[in-house]
Amino acid sequence: MSKLISSIKEAVELCGIRDGMTVSFHHHMRNGDKVLNMVMEVIAEKGIKDITVNASSIFDCHEPLIGYMKDGVVTGIECGYMGAKVGRAVSRGMLKNPAVFRTHGGRASDMIKGTSHVDVAFVAAPSADCMGNCTGKYGKSACGSMGYAFADAQTADKVVVITDNLRPYPLSGFSIPEVYVDYVVEVDEIGDPKGIVSGTTQITRDPVGLRIAQYAAEVIEASGLLKDGFSFQTGAGGATLAAAKYVKEKMLAGGIKGSFGMGGITGYMVDMLNEGCFESLIDVQCFDLKAIESINNDPRHMEVSAEQYAGVSGRSAAVDSLDVVLLGATQVDTDFNVNVHTDSNGYIMGGSGGHSDTAAGAKLAIILAPLVRARLPLITDRCHCISTPGSTVDVVVTQRGIAVNTSIEKNRQLEEALKAKGLPVVDIKELKAIGEKITGVPKPIKQGDKVIAKVLYRDGTLLDEIHQVAGE
Amino acid sequence: MEIKKTATAGTLESSDAYVVAEPFDTLEVDLTSVVYEQFKDEIISQVKAVTDALGVSKAKITINDRGAVDCVIRARVETALKRAGGEM
Repeated sequence: MSKLISSIKEAVELCGIRDGMTVSFHHHMRNGDKVLNMVMEVIAEKGIKDITVNASSIFDCHEPLIGYMKDGVVTGIECGYMGAKVGRAVSRGMLKNPAVFRTHGGRASDMIKGTSHVDVAFVAAPSADCMGNCTGKYGKSACGSMGYAFADAQTADKVVVITDNLRPYPLSGFSIPEVYVDYVVEVDEIGDPKGIVSGTTQITRDPVGLRIAQYAAEVIEASGLLKDGFSFQTGAGGATLAAAKYVKEKMLAGGIKGSFGMGGITGYMVDMLNEGCFESLIDVQCFDLKAIESINNDPRHMEVSAEQYAGVSGRSAAVDSLDVVLLGATQVDTDFNVNVHTDSNGYIMGGSGGHSDTAAGAKLAIILAPLVRARLPLITDRCHCISTPGSTVDVVVTQRGIAVNTSIEKNRQLEEALKAKGLPVVDIKELKAIGEKITGVPKPIKQGDKVIAKVLYRDGTLLDEIHQVAGE
Repeated sequence: MEIKKTATAGTLESSDAYVVAEPFDTLEVDLTSVVYEQFKDEIISQVKAVTDALGVSKAKITINDRGAVDCVIRARVETALKRAGGEM
């Protein structure tokens, strides 16, 4: 028996893809991914319509989706994150059905609970054997962790592994086992690994970012969580990486032995592991080539499924054991709700990813953001889109002040501790006023009536809706 | 002040504005801004304040605003106009 078939076209035919179905993809190749486009090209060529694309994230490299939206090939998109190119088209009302945003944990859990059904899952596999055992840890297109693809493989009616490194059976060090896989297709190239490092993964040198990072590290220290056993997640943004640097310095200076670092993993977190700050890394996706090398070579650097990382369908998830998470924001409102979905003009340019999962799970969720960006104040009365509810956000750190969410009881003590350290603690409404004093009060942007996206919380409930951008 | 030639001020960096001032029959302001929806009126009124103060009634002022605050808008417009008027 072999599951090896000759082409993506054959896979589409054998899987019986027809009008109205849902196909899924994962985004570990990030902005270098070629699999989504290759598959959708075949589906379009076959004249199939009304397809829902469920991808863990949509990047700018997936721009061909816009054409498929126009032609009615794609009428639905479900994802955890949507880059600005496709996001702009969706915001202009070009997608027939409202897009559905889930968190990374919620996406996996909705699949496992059966509330999100995938007909055919396509797994981009940097190494695979002919029976479908596959991994991202090695191969010419290595992407490291394949965490987001596990739920797709476990739950889809049909699973197709697409690889550019077909290895003899059995594949050593597989991540997703053959038991889930129906077909294997070999192609020339599943993606460009250089595209994995998209967005910021350098420590900022911007003095505003460094000030924010410094304050964030002070907040972590004041929280009392920075002690042996400390666990920590940070993103790849310039300011959060800088905060990680200050945290690392405090850990090394104090001889603090943390337990784990988690997230999308960058080379910086690998350095922290190797310098003894953590016992292990829990990795749902790799953000750069150094992280990919580490997950392949170091058993302390562990791959984890999206469900185990951040889901709500299991008995527990790793986010439940997380001490501190550092997160970004495009907007924060005076109830501490955070927007990471839309830009200042209401266009989709992001998504929660693991933002609301980690905010909910972590003991201390800190938002880092400049108080003003290009004349737009960070803090508003009501976020254009609520991505993460304020009830899970503990502290907002800006260069002009730190606001503590004291409507959460446990944070009152933290606020006192920050004041005692001499940190610039201000009420969030005052922080809003400080920003508006610099910029002026922005006129609210016009919104259309049509709902173009629904934002689901990690438990699958509706958190917010995004409206069409008016005047387009 | 009379605008005698084309001159520029500013940059296209975030939070700055790039201003071109050139001779024209009337006073015309052409504004492009990343915060047009939110701050168009404020920006135009800052430009008017500068043209009034310098006594400029004939000029074309083209602004590509990258989110500059009012004082930056004023400074860039004033500099462009003074350069175009041969005063700098």
